Amino acid sequence: MINDIPLVYYLSLSAALFCVGLFGALARRNAIAVLMGIELMLNAVNINFVAFWRYGSVNPILNQAGIVFALFVITVAAAEAAVGLALVISIYRSRDTVNVEEIDLLKW
Amino acid sequence: MDLIGIISQVVFFLVAALTLAAAFATVLLRNVFHAGLALVGTFFGVAAIYLMLEAEFLAIVQVLIYIGAIAVLILFAIMLTRSLMKNEDSGMNKQWAWAAIAISTLFLGMFIVILQVPWLLNTSVIGTDIVPFLGTELLTTYLLPFEIVSVLLLATLIGAFIIARE
Repeated sequence: MINDIPLVYYLSLSAALFCVGLFGALARRNAIAVLMGIELMLNAVNINFVAFWRYGSVNPILNQAGIVFALFVITVAAAEAAVGLALVISIYRSRDTVNVEEIDLLKW
Repeated sequence: MDLIGIISQVVFFLVAALTLAAAFATVLLRNVFHAGLALVGTFFGVAAIYLMLEAEFLAIVQVLIYIGAIAVLILFAIMLTRSLMKNEDSGMNKQWAWAAIAISTLFLGMFIVILQVPWLLNTSVIGTDIVPFLGTELLTTYLLPFEIVSVLLLATLIGAFIIARE
């Protein structure tokens, strides 16, 4: 199974997923859609961590740094989603929009 | 290449195609609620990729936390900002064309680098259950980051509660 699929496949998939997520974060209007793009990017990074753990380390059983790092990324992503969505709901209450082009109070 | 090899590759390409299709749907669908549902599909695809990489624990964590918590949280937020569930005239902002060009260039660059680097590969077989080793490592080598991330999670949940409260 591992022998049959080269590391390059996983890295390419991860790069593609990262680029799609980046496009979502840069080009969407809805603030929640921007957050979804960020989640896609974090997932792509996690695929890279796990792929390098499996293929890159000399002893993947004793050295699980890649998996531990992916776990931390998932935790921080959960925290980021909670705070981000709370901010979006708060903004929606006060300004009645979640369009990032209309939320420009800090723009000069 | 033997039969198992061919099946493995076919399964990988199927899962990768489904994951990427769901990701594109997440980014391109106008209805934000449908985009959120496509995001769930992407998370499932990534969990399948983890299974192929023999990281079973992480695949379960992905389903439990990403789909069970984060995706549901996002869907709830979409429903709370309900006036946007109707279709917008366009889901994209003014800079989408420039973003597409720049990101295509970025992807091409990354792809070329990935193909050119001579990666060192270790494809030895993992014969045992690795979760006990993971637990030991989390509570010995990575004890301090583990505790810090717990405090971070607690702080952000309290902060989210205070921010979202009326």
